[in-house]
Amino acid sequence: MAERQATIASRVGLHARPASLFIDAVNRQPVEVTIAAKGSDDLDASSILSIMSLGAANGDVVTLKAEGDGAEAALEELAQLLETDLDAE
Amino acid sequence: MSNTTIPSAASASASASASASGAADATAAPESAASGSEITGVGVSPGRVIGRVARMAPPVEAPDPAEKAAPGRSIDDEYARITDAAAAVQAELTARAATVSGDARDVLEATALMASDPTLAKAAKKLLDDGRSAERAVWEAGTSIAEQFAALGGYMGERAQDVYDVRARLVAALRGVSAPGLPNPGHPYVLVAVDLAPADTATLDPAQVIALVTSDGGPQSHTAILARALGIPAVVAAPQATTLTDGSEVYVDGTRGRVILDPSDAERADADLAARQSEALVPFDGIGRLSDGHEVALLANIGGVKDAAAAVDANAQGVGLFRTEFLFLGRDTEPSVEEQVSDYRAVFAAFPDKKVVLRTLDAGADKPLAFLTNDDEPNPALGIRGYRTSLEKRQVLVNQLRAIQTAREAENADVWVMAPMIATADEAADFVGLCREAGLPTNGVMIEVPSAALTAAHIFATADFVSLGTNDLTQYTMAADRQLGSLSALNDPWQPAVLQLVQHVGQAGRAAVSASASATTGKPVGVCGEAAADPALAVVLVGLGVTTLSMTSRAIQAVSTVLRSVTLDEAETIAAAVIAAPTAAEARRIAREHLPILETLGL
Repeated sequence: MAERQATIASRVGLHARPASLFIDAVNRQPVEVTIAAKGSDDLDASSILSIMSLGAANGDVVTLKAEGDGAEAALEELAQLLETDLDAE
Repeated sequence: MSNTTIPSAASASASASASASGAADATAAPESAASGSEITGVGVSPGRVIGRVARMAPPVEAPDPAEKAAPGRSIDDEYARITDAAAAVQAELTARAATVSGDARDVLEATALMASDPTLAKAAKKLLDDGRSAERAVWEAGTSIAEQFAALGGYMGERAQDVYDVRARLVAALRGVSAPGLPNPGHPYVLVAVDLAPADTATLDPAQVIALVTSDGGPQSHTAILARALGIPAVVAAPQATTLTDGSEVYVDGTRGRVILDPSDAERADADLAARQSEALVPFDGIGRLSDGHEVALLANIGGVKDAAAAVDANAQGVGLFRTEFLFLGRDTEPSVEEQVSDYRAVFAAFPDKKVVLRTLDAGADKPLAFLTNDDEPNPALGIRGYRTSLEKRQVLVNQLRAIQTAREAENADVWVMAPMIATADEAADFVGLCREAGLPTNGVMIEVPSAALTAAHIFATADFVSLGTNDLTQYTMAADRQLGSLSALNDPWQPAVLQLVQHVGQAGRAAVSASASATTGKPVGVCGEAAADPALAVVLVGLGVTTLSMTSRAIQAVSTVLRSVTLDEAETIAAAVIAAPTAAEARRIAREHLPILETLGL
């Protein structure tokens, strides 16, 4: 099981446009990814409703997990995305 | 709804005359309108056009809690229906997102993702276990998620609305019906609905909608106001409009209040004539006057900065009604004084050296505010609204007045202030006193309650001016709810009782002694209700003593053109004849008879 933490860089937190961009990236990965924050369960990272329910704000740390071939690379790419200020696009 | 057989030419004309005379008689209504048949209603925005019908989809109703999947359907079958519907809704919303930009695009993209969200699908799938239909499973899963969001409040709470919207779209897709909200036929169309609320039409594209037809609603409903603001024909209170189907071609006559299905050459020629007539309207040059030079300033009704731009484009001589609710609606707490100052300044800055009449907060009734009004009144229209909210929450009004004064001092507009829902001379004196304490120089009241109209002379003892809110004045005088199409005949500013109140106020205004240095008598009496936008009624109002008219910007041109066709004497003669009429219909007829320019211009 690969695991990676990332700090949310988007000013609005993981909502709206940043969340949509994140999910597009999750759906491009060869593995399934989960996301957790503030002691929540590991939620489906391709589910916008789940991500929204995390209420992850700017500066919060989220934990990404994935398993199987390509898991490490997938989490690396997703973590870098979260640590970019997606609002700036 | 079953289909009638296609009528022959003979029976078509027979049913045409039956439906024309039986329009108000529900038992005579045919199941679907026959070709060439005429649907009658109330014309609320002039013009004649021909176009194709696209109906507003009705809101999606909850599936019955006991609704089960069709017999023979397995859980996998039902689940496949859900995933198909989800994919379809996602595709539609994604396509729509591509046509807009900014925040609207982000919201649509997020909503598209919600539609196909795996969490939602999984939750719905679980609910299929005991035989529920796909519709019911999706409804319950969506409800549960929306309620979780709502309970979180804040940003999440606001997203609950998006989840409810997705829930409705998924169920509509499952049922094979149109998604709720504005239709999207891909070409200009005639929007047909039961009634239209501001929320429905917020995203209406004026390039696409060429006319409005509603089976309910009245002359002062949102539909009427919207149509006049867009300058498109509209017919309301036309019960037969429920029989119009998507794609049918109709001729809509917003001047006379008729809709004709499958128009003939006569209607096509008339629609062409209408297009030429609208080109004959003279653009307003910024001086509202009659043919003898008697001045009647033509001002605009606005709700915010966007409207202000339209008013400037239309050469409005200022603003006769600046509605301030936009700042307050939908909020949990009162906006700060700083925020208000900034918003008021944005509008004042658009009208340097011009009059801007600002109406203080008009909350309550159909405009509830969490921090100000009660939502458990039995009769909100007769309850704590407008000025009355300051009886208990005085500071909100005091803060607003302070913000207005600060904004006024920073800009060059000639700012006047008025309160809504004033009923007595005492209330007027109290309000004007508060305004003067705040440093505001020109203060008045709206006259929309009959008691205020009748005691106008006493009100003028303290008020510097009054403005007639004819929409509510009509509602209260005729004791007829503005929102009910069935009462549209009563909710008509041409009603003799309403005109008599206007006359009474006009006379009080003339007799009022102005405290200003010039010792001329008379104080301004404006009209800011929809009545001012009706060119024929505008002439009558001037003849009854009204001194300024304020309306949706788009109506200024037509009103100006018609006012310039009469002298003040003529306007007074017409007003005298009109006010003697026993009915609203007769009043209108007399006015039209005296104003042949209306026919010429197709108004």
